[in-house]
This record gives sequence, C-alpha cells and structure tokens, in this order.
Amino acid sequence: MSGRVVFRSVWLPWLLVAPQLAITAVFFLWPAGEAILQSTQLPDPFGLSTQYVGWENFDYLFGDRYYRASFLTTAIFSLSVTALSMGVSLLLAVLADGVIRGSGVYRTLLIWPYAVAPAISGVMWLFIFQPSIGLFPYWLKAIGYNWNHVLNSGEAMSLVVIASAWKQVSYNFLFFLAGLQAIPRSLIEAAAIDGASPWHRFRTIILPLLSPTTFFLLVINVVYAFFETFGVIHTITAGGPGQSTMIMVYKVYADGFIGQDLGSSAAQSVILMLIVGVLTIVQFRFIERRVHY
Amino acid sequence: MATVTLENVRKRYGKTEVIHGVDVDINDGELIVIVGPSGCGKSTLLRMVAGLEVVTSGDISINGRVVNHVEPKDRDIAMVFQTYALYPHMSVFENMAYGLKIARLDKDEIHRRVDDAARLLALSELLDRRPKALSGGQRQRVAMGRAIVRQPSVFLFDEPLSNLDALLRVQMRLEIKQLQRRLGITSLYVTHDQVEAMTLADRLVVMNAGVAEQVDEPLSVYQRPASRFVASFIGSPGMNFIEGSIKGRQLVTSAGHTILLRDAQLNEGPVTAGVRPEHLEVVAESDADFLLDVVSVELLGAETLLHGTLTGASNDEGDVVAGVAGRSLAVRAAGITRVGEGQRCGLRVAAGGWHWFDKQSGQRLLTE
Repeated sequence: MSGRVVFRSVWLPWLLVAPQLAITAVFFLWPAGEAILQSTQLPDPFGLSTQYVGWENFDYLFGDRYYRASFLTTAIFSLSVTALSMGVSLLLAVLADGVIRGSGVYRTLLIWPYAVAPAISGVMWLFIFQPSIGLFPYWLKAIGYNWNHVLNSGEAMSLVVIASAWKQVSYNFLFFLAGLQAIPRSLIEAAAIDGASPWHRFRTIILPLLSPTTFFLLVINVVYAFFETFGVIHTITAGGPGQSTMIMVYKVYADGFIGQDLGSSAAQSVILMLIVGVLTIVQFRFIERRVHY
Repeated sequence: MATVTLENVRKRYGKTEVIHGVDVDINDGELIVIVGPSGCGKSTLLRMVAGLEVVTSGDISINGRVVNHVEPKDRDIAMVFQTYALYPHMSVFENMAYGLKIARLDKDEIHRRVDDAARLLALSELLDRRPKALSGGQRQRVAMGRAIVRQPSVFLFDEPLSNLDALLRVQMRLEIKQLQRRLGITSLYVTHDQVEAMTLADRLVVMNAGVAEQVDEPLSVYQRPASRFVASFIGSPGMNFIEGSIKGRQLVTSAGHTILLRDAQLNEGPVTAGVRPEHLEVVAESDADFLLDVVSVELLGAETLLHGTLTGASNDEGDVVAGVAGRSLAVRAAGITRVGEGQRCGLRVAAGGWHWFDKQSGQRLLTE
C-alpha cells in the first residue's frame, strides 16, 4: 500500500487514536467486563450483597425451557426482520433508481422513517394495529379476519417484525440506492445488447455487483434485529403474549430489571455478546469471501 | 451480412434538438467512421442505432427492416463500449459466453465460438482471469471478443481506443481494421480522433453540432472538404483560413494584403480562403504568391513547421482567422528548412491547394 503515513514519533499515533480508544473502553470494554464479572455472581434483590457462584448462572440458563425458547424466537425474529427489511428496501431502491423525474422527493420520503425513534414507531404501529381502536384490525374485520395480537402469538410476532423492519427499510434503501447508482450504466446496456431480459440482467449483473452492499447490510440488519429492536418490543408486546416475542435482548431486560435476577441477566448479556461476535465472524469469513470480484 | 440506413434521423431531448436529420447509407461489409468534436452527437447517433436511445423522428433500418422500435437484443448488433463494460464478476470466458448462454446455444457450440474468438484475439491464455487482472489492451480485446462471438450483422464501436495509451492505440487500430476486413462485418465506429478516423474508415461521416457535414471516403474528405468545419477538423496541423475577397487574379485580405492567385477561377466578391500547411511551399521572394513574417519555427526533423503573419500585418488585426496558433499562418515544409525566426520568406501555394468557402455559411464553393 502506498500513500500510508509513516510517523516518526511513537507517541503521536497513539495520541491520535486515543479518543476512539477511550470511547471504546468506557462504553464497550468496561460494561462488557462488568457484565462478565456479574455473570459469575449472584446478588440479592436489593444489591446489598453478592455471592460468587461461578458457572451456576449459565448452568441455570441452559436448563431453562424459556431461555431455550427465546433462542428460537430470536432466530425467527431476526431472520424475518432482516429478510423483510432488505427485500422491501431493495425493491424500493430498484424502483427509485429507475425514476428520473422527482427522484429527490421519493428519496427524501423513503429516508424519513429512519429519523423516527424506535419507541415512537412502536407506539405508532401499536395504534394502527390496536385490536379495539386500530385502523388495520377494523379493515381486517371487514373482510372477516379477527386481528388480536394481544392474544395471538403469531400475530404479535408479525407485528413486531413489521414494525422493526419498517424502521430499517430507510437505512437499507439508502445503501441499496447508492449501490445501484454505482453500477456503470454501460454494463446494463451491454447486457441488454447481449440479449438479457430485465429480470435476467437483475439476477446476473445487478445483484452480484450489489453483493458488497448486500453483505454489509446483512451484518448491520442482523445486529439491528438483535439489539436495537428493544424499543419496538417494549412498546408493542413487552415480550408477550406469553413468551412469544421474548427475544434475547428483551429477556436480558425483563429478567434483570423486572425479575430482579441481575446475575442471570448479566449471564444472558455475555451469551448475547458471544452470539453476535460469532455471527459477525461467520459472516465475514464465509460470505464476504464470495462477494469480492 | 447487413446494410444499415439512416434516414433523416433526429434526436430531441425535451425542446433541444441535438441531431438535426442525418442521412447515411451503409453498404454491406463497410467500415463507417463517425468523427467529430465532443458534443457533436456522434455517440448519440451510434446509441440510436444500438437501440439504447429512442429515435425522435426519422428511420433507422438494418437490412431494410426499420428498427426504431426494436429492442437492442433483437437488432442483431454487438457493441464495444468506450469503458469496455466488461462484467467484473465474471471471467473472460464467462464475459464472452454471456450472450451465447442467453441465446441458449449448446455448451459445445459456446466453447467452440469462444475458443475461436480467443485465438483470434490472443486471449486463449487469459480465459480464466477476471477483468480486474487484465491490462487495458487485453480488456479492450475481451470487449471485442464478446462482440465477435455473437456473430452479429453489425458491429458498433463507441470510442473503443480512447482509454488506451498512444502506442497501444496505434496497434489496436491496426488490429481492429484487419479484424473487420477478415470478418467482413458491417461496422459503425465512433471517434473524436481524426487520425483514427482517416486510417480506419472506408467512408467517413464528419459530424458537427448534430449535422453530418460530409459523408465521403477519407481522401475525398481531405481533398475536397464540404465545409469550413470539415476542412478545419480533418488534417493536422489544421487548415489555414484567410478572410478576404477576390479581385481579378488576386485575393485581397481583410487587412489589405494581396495574394496572387494562379489557378483559381472564382467570381469576384467576399470569400473565405483555405490552404493546408502542407500545400504551402517556401520559395524565393520573386517567385512567391505572398510573403510571410516568420514568428516561430518548429524543427521536427522529418518536417519543419513555420508560423507567421502575412507581411505587414500586426497580430491583433491579422487576416488569418483560424490558423494553428490562433491568428498565425502555419507552413509545413518537408525536411529541415533553415528559416530563422523574425525573417521574411516567400510562399507559393501548390496547384489545387486553395479551398474556397462561402463567407457566411462556410459551405464549399464549387470551382472548376
């Protein structure tokens, strides 16, 4: 690599990265270390005394039926959110890419949802789908379907997936659109002359060339679904009905702050950290290898 | 085997018309070069033939069939793009086979055609590589290969050599010409480079501001340019133009100099005279048609370029309106001519060296 800066002093480079390191240390390493420490302890509900218990918190978790169910719930939830938000945003981006007149308006409108806080979007969706006063259940009733996500776990899951995906669509859209616009027009034209139909062009030229963007968004979306959907779950279902929308990050909160079991909550955080770490490594190892050209 | 016909082809973007009615008949197997400065509409014209731009009015026919509303893939054409437009995620083989796979040719036939083309273009060793791992010239060849394997009726080239360095450009120019001759496929070739145009073309289409100013064989374009624009665009260094009017056997320039005319039979009146630098000969003052004050001399070995003003003219109000260096007259003498800067020399125009253009329209005036 040419163009690299070579520092003569040993201290200057460290000084320059210090702010970033400090932020990482204070907001990530320290809490993470604290979580690991707490996961081996059992505090009393008032936090006055703690007792070292070693692996017991973890042993207890893996023996817990509800915790194992939460794994599955999280998997279904993350997959659905990622697939839905990426699918919809890719479709929108392809359509917006084809628009010449007024493209700025479309873009702005499609980006807006990203500025809405998760809790607010959750409440908004809650209103729309509220079984007794919501607009959607009213329409559904007109065609003979009784919507009640407060009682029906499948409907509850659908609702939190839709609400979470909706928020991420804007972000994905932005990246997909930029990715599409980075593909030289002449490639598409060459393929058209080569006889490829629009769908064939999309499948064999556009999609492969978009793969770096797609991969990046895959990582971002999975992480989003794992962590940042807390607000949506909290406002819409609070993990219910039953445990049907109890994704892992919500369970961390529910067990720790409602159930007052801080040790278990910390152990869950540690497991969650490991899972996301492993997922990211797997994604970079096995998927990124295929997107370079 | 194909003919291509453009009949009064026009292109408008909104209210702006960029191509003002172009007529060209291209014979089977011919290599037509469309040449012109950037923005003259030459690429747009080619893209209309390819079907990548909508024809506003007029007809484009391939083999007698009007193709205005035919999809690019159904026009039986292949195109080489300026940027090559190679698919970066596919190997050289896959790039060339892409169109064939879509056409559902069987595997053996695809392999046969790609191998043939690869051998023709010296790409056989590179079939497994990605475009990223190829040099500029190799990429250019792959783009050509992709066009060849489809065995189209018409080749379209959109400035295919402009991304190559000078040396490679000359080499590829020769290769393209030989290849086109060997395959005998009707071709349209767009370039802004007049040397490329002159060397490649069976016939030239010289475009300026959306108008085809002349359609003719390269030498005819050089010898009998149809307009002042064509005269200035073809030839290097460019033609000298002198504003003036004919009085008897003399050209009286706008600044009042007189130039002796030996062979012109023109009506008296205002005119733009043109003479190519290579048709001016340095002679003794007594034999000269007119005199030149030499301002600068460029010794190139094989030839000498002299730049100067008509004797007595100051540079600001000179009568040479478009020489090589703005307002000075250029002379191209063979070999080494020892004329010093600041000296005066006599010039004589070679027989048939004068071109006459209408002062207003710039059109060539007919002389016998």
